[in-house]
Amino acid sequence: MSSGIRAIPEGVPDVARRTAPARLEWRVATVVAVRDETPRARTLVLDVPDWPGHRAGQHVDVRLVAEDGYQAQRSYSIASAPEERTVALTVERLDDGEVSPYLAGELRAGDGLEVRGPIGGWFAWDVHDGGPLLLVAGGSGVVPLMAMLRHHAHADAARRARVPVRLLYSARTAADVIYRDELARFAAPAVGIVYTLTRETTPVDWAQHHRRIDRAMLDAVAWPAADAPLAFVCGPTPLVESVAALLVAIGHDPARVRTERFGPTGG
Amino acid sequence: MLTEEMRLDGNAAAGALREVFSQDVTVARATCAGCGDARPVGALLAYGHAMGVVLRCPGCGLAMLRVARTPGMVRLDVAGVTLLAIPDDVPVA
Amino acid sequence: MPDQPFIARGFRGRRLQTPAGRLPPGQYETRDFPVLSAGPTPRTPLAEWDFAIRGLDGRSARWTWDELMALPRETPTVDIHCVTKWSRFDTRWEGVSVDVLLAAAANEGVSGGAFVLAFCDGGYTTNVPLADVTGGKAWIAFGHDGAPLDPEHGGPARLLIPHLYFWKSAKWVRGLRLLAHDARGFWEELGYHDRGDPWREQRYQGDP
Repeated sequence: MSSGIRAIPEGVPDVARRTAPARLEWRVATVVAVRDETPRARTLVLDVPDWPGHRAGQHVDVRLVAEDGYQAQRSYSIASAPEERTVALTVERLDDGEVSPYLAGELRAGDGLEVRGPIGGWFAWDVHDGGPLLLVAGGSGVVPLMAMLRHHAHADAARRARVPVRLLYSARTAADVIYRDELARFAAPAVGIVYTLTRETTPVDWAQHHRRIDRAMLDAVAWPAADAPLAFVCGPTPLVESVAALLVAIGHDPARVRTERFGPTGG
Repeated sequence: MLTEEMRLDGNAAAGALREVFSQDVTVARATCAGCGDARPVGALLAYGHAMGVVLRCPGCGLAMLRVARTPGMVRLDVAGVTLLAIPDDVPVA
Repeated sequence: MPDQPFIARGFRGRRLQTPAGRLPPGQYETRDFPVLSAGPTPRTPLAEWDFAIRGLDGRSARWTWDELMALPRETPTVDIHCVTKWSRFDTRWEGVSVDVLLAAAANEGVSGGAFVLAFCDGGYTTNVPLADVTGGKAWIAFGHDGAPLDPEHGGPARLLIPHLYFWKSAKWVRGLRLLAHDARGFWEELGYHDRGDPWREQRYQGDP
């Protein structure tokens, strides 16, 4: 285990910044709690030694090594706000997956987990970056957007009022919606939340739509292009590409539409 | 499943890129050697791959950056980039 | 990199129990057919598709799709081994032996040396010794599991060299360039082995 004191190897100039260390180290985090969010999604709360802090929207790389040396590595978005001391990841279990069934099934409080991060400064938001903010989530793509909402909730009321947020959250069914109770507690009018359930057979009163995200839905939810909103879109690759194209088509500046594709299944 | 459904954003390659660069370069602007478009590295298209990562220009498809780790060595191919503009003051990443 | 990797308690991954002798060192058996791709799936209409063998002196032999379909075909059933550690057993293919194409090219005066560089739609390349694509060891494959080869697995046609790591079996192949001297392809430039024999575990440059 590293003590957290980094020796600079000989011959390497020390370009120490006030930011992250020059090398991105793998660290063994301790799982301090696990929390089931939905039947398929579980939050892992991690205590990461020497965690330098993160920005809302960033991710970590997770590495799993089996006893015989077999390795698997994946990236997971951070769900917790930068203001929190621990790092929370929410992992959706994919039945045919190799890593997610372990993280969202086998892993228990007290276990260790190798992570490196935080990484990915492009898909990151700070309340000082302003808004208005448009967040569009598909499935577990809500995870990094939740970090942004939690970060927003930590700001003082005056600043929150100056940076209004809208979340459009597309999930398959009501049971698949992650963080619904917490999302319900985010105060309007600073935060508006719209749900669409694409495969729910029993309509629920809290979901406004029951179809895939389309232009009409974005026209109604997205801030007017004239307000120069900042948009973050995260979820399965096909959804992200479709939403990003629609936002540009309704007049949003492509440079202010940031995307985080989660791959074919969003996990 | 089509490869287009598997592609990710350059932001997803931030871990691999941090093995080469001393800071996060997803916010750095890369100019494509193919079409001349400049974009943040985080907004390129990443074809993630257990053999290495290939970052392509969303405009013309050129492989702009390629990173592969082999035992004891990380290799970076920048043939598809004419300029990489890296801001000084990058927040923690 | 830490000296001692941290072992994740209870993590096994998804690996089958495989009889000894059939798996090259360091490989694990899977029943999936993972898609690995370094770029978007090219879509060349068959009417525009051709396959070429280019010789040292600039001469080349060329086949249209219909001409390739008219050649004698074979149906190899082979094990395949990906350098990312998965192996798949008894995969069924249909294609034209590279021997047939090289013989026809030689008849047209197309000659080469001891090395080959496969080139593909999308810009992918990979290099192999000529000896690894001759003697019934390699095919231009256009069928898999009794159906036309899916685009994501390299269709309309891919190179199939099952006795080497699978990145040598170039997807969306459009031809072979015959070379006197070895020239590195897409992954070889980034540190992967020039030959890639899984039984000798030739994964990276410098592996014996």
